[in-house]
Amino acid sequence: MNKYTERIYNGIWKENPLFVLVLGTCPTLAVTTSAMNGAGMGLSTTAVLMLSNALIAVLRNIIPEKLRLPAEIVVVASLVTVCDMLMEGFTPDLYASLGIYIPLIVVNCIILGRAEAYAMKNGPIVSFFDGLGMGLGFTIALVLIGALRELIGAGEIFGFHIMPSFYTPCSIFILAPGAFFVFAALTALQNKLKMPCATNGDGNPEIGCNGNCLTCGFMKPKKDN
Amino acid sequence: MVELIVIAVSSCLVSNVVLSQFLGICSFLGVSTDIKTAAGMGGAVVFVITIASFVASVIDNYILIPLNMVYLETIVFILVIAALVQIVEMFMHKCMESLYSALGIYLPLITTNCAVLGVALTNAQNTYNIIESVVNGFATAFGYLIAIVLLAGIREHIAGNNIPRSFQGVPIVIITASLMSIAFFGFAGLM
Repeated sequence: MNKYTERIYNGIWKENPLFVLVLGTCPTLAVTTSAMNGAGMGLSTTAVLMLSNALIAVLRNIIPEKLRLPAEIVVVASLVTVCDMLMEGFTPDLYASLGIYIPLIVVNCIILGRAEAYAMKNGPIVSFFDGLGMGLGFTIALVLIGALRELIGAGEIFGFHIMPSFYTPCSIFILAPGAFFVFAALTALQNKLKMPCATNGDGNPEIGCNGNCLTCGFMKPKKDN
Repeated sequence: MVELIVIAVSSCLVSNVVLSQFLGICSFLGVSTDIKTAAGMGGAVVFVITIASFVASVIDNYILIPLNMVYLETIVFILVIAALVQIVEMFMHKCMESLYSALGIYLPLITTNCAVLGVALTNAQNTYNIIESVVNGFATAFGYLIAIVLLAGIREHIAGNNIPRSFQGVPIVIITASLMSIAFFGFAGLM
């Protein structure tokens, strides 16, 4: 396996951003009301992630250490704006159903996390593939969760009727509480099977951030300044 | 006036920022282990979002819209928010020592809180004027404060309970959030 396919395998399986690193939970909970929305969100994040990783890797030797985060944010925000305008023009229905979560890709922690953890230290091509792998991993996770919620909550997957006609859809699963419930069940299942996951037990500080901003490594050096 | 109250109630309770719009989930789950910390974080969020929605709304209404550069909203807002948080932190550190010791450590965390950018973008999308934006910002952040303090209170109570092994840690917290979200559905009747 060469280093490019290794990056893709790493992003989809070994360090899946959602299932293993538990990053990007806000868009996950918000857009997985259907498999289609999950796919749209995942693919737009993938596009931004690939290009932002590649661009930041190209610029990594020019960006001054102290302006690292602002510079990364400007690159990501520009790409998100492009993505936002393209989606508004070409996929208006998807754009309407994802709404505010498209511009909010800027603050998706997967993107800044990969920029900091990978693109600032590696070459542009391998960083591009890292972004592709991570993005596809995120997309697959979103589609799986979206399909599960759509199946239970509406009896459909990608808008096609799957469940037999006597099945009464349990529509709370496509509403807000269902998002939390499915996500909780997923993390509990990962606990039970002892899968590598940032939320297992007391949380493994080596992987992911466990949502605890107070102990976050990225925040500490900034506070000392 | 009635419009302002409708905006406030709807963004604070009916479509609560965490429990129905899913913004700021990371800090909601991560910084809610005890009520005191949660209240500190919530207070800092109220402070920053209120100021940020004012500044973002001024920039939007007086610079971006007249110059026809609305497409730059995302970039401008995120930079303004990041700079604003830094300025507020330095200002508090120099001039408001007691407030800084209460909220200071939470301020850097808020730059990356998607609720702040989310509120600024919602204000712009709904074409709110400056007063409406500030009211919407304050009410949204207050909704965050309510949600995180409630969750912290519940977490303090369930800490000693006998929870099934698989659900210990993060899963039970998310289940709690799910139940809170069902409860907040009740507020839909207000509108």
